[in-house]
Amino acid sequence: MNEVLATGRRTVPRWMATPESITAALLVVAFGVSAAFVPRFLDAAYLLDRSSLYMEVGLMALAMTFVIVAGHIDLSCASILALVGTSIATLHVKLGVPLLPLVFLAPLLGALLGGINGVIVAQLGLPSLVVTLATMALYRGLAQVLLGDHSVSLPAWFTGIERVAIAGTLLPVPLVLFLGLAVALGLVLHKTVFGTWVFAMGTNAEAARYSGVPVAQVTISVFVMSGVFSAMAAMIMISRLGVARYDHALGLELDVITAVVLGGASIFGGRGTVTGSVLALFLIAVLQTGMGVANVKAEYQATASGALLIVAVLMGNCFARFRKWTASKGEGSCSGS
Amino acid sequence: MNNRWRLVEVRELPTLALWVLICAVTALVQPKFLTAGVFRSILLWIPLLVVVAMGEMMVMLTRGVDVSVGSMMGLAGMAVGIALRDHPGIGVYGAMVLGIALGATLGAVNGLLIAYGNVPAIVATLGTLGAYRGLVHIVSRGVQVDEYNLPRELGRWSIDGPFGQTLVPWVVVFAILAAAGTLLFLRFTRVGRDIYAIGGNPEAAWLRGIPVRRVTFLVYVLSGLGSGLAGVLYASRFGTINPAAIGSGFELIAISAVVVGGVSVFGGSGTVAGVVLGCLLLGTISTALTVLNIADAWQGTTYGLVILVAVIFDHWMGTRFRKA
Repeated sequence: MNEVLATGRRTVPRWMATPESITAALLVVAFGVSAAFVPRFLDAAYLLDRSSLYMEVGLMALAMTFVIVAGHIDLSCASILALVGTSIATLHVKLGVPLLPLVFLAPLLGALLGGINGVIVAQLGLPSLVVTLATMALYRGLAQVLLGDHSVSLPAWFTGIERVAIAGTLLPVPLVLFLGLAVALGLVLHKTVFGTWVFAMGTNAEAARYSGVPVAQVTISVFVMSGVFSAMAAMIMISRLGVARYDHALGLELDVITAVVLGGASIFGGRGTVTGSVLALFLIAVLQTGMGVANVKAEYQATASGALLIVAVLMGNCFARFRKWTASKGEGSCSGS
Repeated sequence: MNNRWRLVEVRELPTLALWVLICAVTALVQPKFLTAGVFRSILLWIPLLVVVAMGEMMVMLTRGVDVSVGSMMGLAGMAVGIALRDHPGIGVYGAMVLGIALGATLGAVNGLLIAYGNVPAIVATLGTLGAYRGLVHIVSRGVQVDEYNLPRELGRWSIDGPFGQTLVPWVVVFAILAAAGTLLFLRFTRVGRDIYAIGGNPEAAWLRGIPVRRVTFLVYVLSGLGSGLAGVLYASRFGTINPAAIGSGFELIAISAVVVGGVSVFGGSGTVAGVVLGCLLLGTISTALTVLNIADAWQGTTYGLVILVAVIFDHWMGTRFRKA
């Protein structure tokens, strides 16, 4: 890797020296290695089937990209998922509210929960890390209060969304929903004024404020987005698993943040792309599927996920240094960190 | 203000008031709350938290955060349990040293990543939170260590004390020593003052020649060390060491205690007395929930609310003082 980079910007096209291209390269390598050992990796139906397992993380990662680019973090996303899932299931099963309207109510509930985060962060100027750490416990706790240690089953017609394919194709609904929203959010982040505001805020919140960016509103918006997308992920998860439980998606925020950071977003804000997050999500999916096929237990996979997150950031630092180096010298090498 | 000896700073008064209020209300609703048995269960609940919170406090004073404390505690406690089960020859003190040393090593990994690898504290420790927890499952092969696997002597730490079978067991003595040590370290050593300086203004601290990287590295090692000790105390207190249970979610309780104890979430200010008070408050709340027969399910909600109320209250106090 060093040699290729060391030739500097004169011989390496700009698009190759981006974090996204590294993620893409890693994805190709991971896929190639997996396919070499496990022939099933070349079976499209198998891959499409497995993809559904990662769409909940994917949806949350799309919104988390906005949150992180804006210079914040949302540790409560997985807890919002659990609370929305248990609330909807409780309303339907215990109070008899019809499920269909509830499915459309879910994003509103998610927006409310995310909005609470956003308002506290924006209006009081408290670090999002501490605020969402608190609401992570709070929302998960409320979900536990609602259902205790019980599972609530959902009606048959509602379950199994991942087995429903778009007419005439093999594409499962969650994957199509994810890809469609990824394109939409990519356009919002990179082609609209709102997206520019998000980047401006993450680069320098103070400067953004003086430039007339409505910082408070943008902050609240990104947290509301995170809540809405967590709620959508909740609907997919309870449909996929057929039950709602308070401990659904426990610790999943780790995977979500890993995907965004691995996709080249800076945890300090101001840098990141939706494409990068999507690529990183598929990288994580390939790695975890690979480990699953190789019979690595789920509990052990936490070690790999954690290590991957750290390696991703170390590589990002290396890149930042490389960019600085090329900017000052015109050429240079990635000196490792 | 720092040079004056005051047991309780202004910031700690509301915490103290809240503690008195909770005790009073609980005692009114359920008079059983004021018995020696309840006092003892609060006393046994706190030591684990105090030793972890001391490290977490030092980390948060430097504007960092360590969310891997629960997993470090789990890995150290599990290693101690396995060592005592498979090699009883090392003895409880040998196992204690092992646990603390392992904790410090895990903390050093965090410290290296954060201080020298420029990885933001939340990302590094969120990563090791997952990584260390996975390791707990790997080293234990998913099998728990049971009480009969552990020497009696270890369990006696939670029963006997320096004054015989009194109200103050050894685990509490360890916690008091840890708190006193932290207090002296933060008040009277150069490095201790550097920790406050870095949190107050990292740029200025660096310009004044404070070895910012080295001190940052050290606070994560100390946080790991405290978590390692907590792992040993956990083994003594509970006897059964389950890979999924030990220390799981403990980071949340530790951070709650630190924030409730008046350590600023922006770093640079906070006292040992305040954090110990925060631990006492959380221990009392947890015991009160049990005494009042409120389901365990409410614990998470309570911690979340407590953190939120504490940081919002802190903010409100801050703006009021700035105006004054």
